[in-house]
Amino acid sequence: MQSFAGFSLFSVLLLMALGLAIIFGQMGVVNLAHGEFMALGAYTVYLSSTVVHTYLPALAPYYFVIAIVIAFLVAGLTGWLVEWSLIRFLYKRPLDTLLATWGLSLIMQQSFRSIFGAREVTPTLPEWLMGSFKPSESIDIPINGVFVMGLTLALTLGIWLFMYRSRIGLQMRATVQNRVMSGAAGINTRLVDRFTFSLGCGIAGVAGAAFTTIGSTGPDSGSRYIVDTFLVVVFGGTASLMGTIASAFGIAQGQSILEFFLKGTMGKVAVLMVIVLVLMIRPQGLFASKIRS
Amino acid sequence: MLTVSNLTVGYGQSRVIHEMNFSLRAEEILAIMGRNGMGKTTLLKSLIGILPSRQGSILLGDKEISGLASHERVRSGIAFVPQGRMIFPALTVSENILTGARGPVEKSAWDEIYALFPILHEMRKRKGGNLSGGQQQQLAIARALISNPKVLVLDEPTEGIQPSIIKDIARALRQIRSARKIAIIVTEQVVSFMMDVCDRALVIERGRFVHEAPREGLSADQVRSLLAV
Repeated sequence: MQSFAGFSLFSVLLLMALGLAIIFGQMGVVNLAHGEFMALGAYTVYLSSTVVHTYLPALAPYYFVIAIVIAFLVAGLTGWLVEWSLIRFLYKRPLDTLLATWGLSLIMQQSFRSIFGAREVTPTLPEWLMGSFKPSESIDIPINGVFVMGLTLALTLGIWLFMYRSRIGLQMRATVQNRVMSGAAGINTRLVDRFTFSLGCGIAGVAGAAFTTIGSTGPDSGSRYIVDTFLVVVFGGTASLMGTIASAFGIAQGQSILEFFLKGTMGKVAVLMVIVLVLMIRPQGLFASKIRS
Repeated sequence: MLTVSNLTVGYGQSRVIHEMNFSLRAEEILAIMGRNGMGKTTLLKSLIGILPSRQGSILLGDKEISGLASHERVRSGIAFVPQGRMIFPALTVSENILTGARGPVEKSAWDEIYALFPILHEMRKRKGGNLSGGQQQQLAIARALISNPKVLVLDEPTEGIQPSIIKDIARALRQIRSARKIAIIVTEQVVSFMMDVCDRALVIERGRFVHEAPREGLSADQVRSLLAV
């Protein structure tokens, strides 16, 4: 069971980290509002649930899948707007980006509070997501946890295919490596930036949609995960999808198992110490490309 | 094919290129020669849009491109092979080439590129950063060619390249010009390479052209004396 708890945490961390790995790893933008984009996705699912159950109850069993897509689009389009109105002016000013995205996170939290109230909300989940199944007497596996894991795996595969098999994914990887040369090779780097930021935010929205199956959503739900998410991305190696996956898996499993043996927050402390040690030896993270300088 | 008028370029307070005028004819290979720090790279960066010009006009055919961003200039028909190659080290060879393409690439276009640079076909799945300097140079030219340019601009393509590969690059440039009917601008310090490929040479000194001569009117010794400190 402890191992399954680790898998659930792995899914949560990976979903959050995938979007951040794209924004931070590919663009170098420290987006402190990333958690709020996750919350935006969660609130979008809550709103979809409310609308469907009030006006279209016949759609109730199916709405959740559509709500995930809507959460992706809402968070992605908001990200597009934020990049256009704010981030693009700050690309060469990392400290200003840090401040601006922190300010944005506060604005978004307050907006959630003003619109949805300070109390946490939960969408009405379809029947098929409730309950659990028992492969044996002592093991009880929740269906929502399995769903989140499936969604995480599908999203990871989708992102991999997008990054490594599509032309825009190629342009994103080229722009990361050499922005000036990408432009001189004919790539519209400004458009690539906007698309990259928007995609990362959209993925955060999907992460938020997935979280609604596990817990309730409040205005500061996103900010609770932001530090762990940055840890995953930095520990894995900022420009590596494989690194993000391995890092999320290692941190989540390590944390779950060590918390079982060490109790309380000591498990988390032990994991943090390991991360600090590894980063002292390998500042570039676990996975870094091996190429000629 | 390309007409540059009154072009002025600089960094901060200093001017590097001073009201420069020159034109490039169709299917011509123009060599721009000069010592280090005379403004060759600045001029080429300005042509491709990496450095904004302070004044002047750059006409590609009938189109004014001086106000366009780099990627828009590439789409208009000018392609750049920078000094030091600047290939994307973590992308494979074929991915590096694809970054220069707009839209789908026909098999015939791949065949043409690989016929020109057979080593790139052998290495197509290798990371660009793992290629030798000469192979990277061929890759940078291939990346520029896949955009089907009307004008190809190369900045010191022989820098740091072994002599046998320099001959391959010279052969490839002549072949590209005749097969694609495109014009080429190349900055260079290696006199033998320049004498091998160019139709006309311009010598640049402190941001101004100080000498112009057709290939037939140049001798290697004359060029060396013009480039001497």
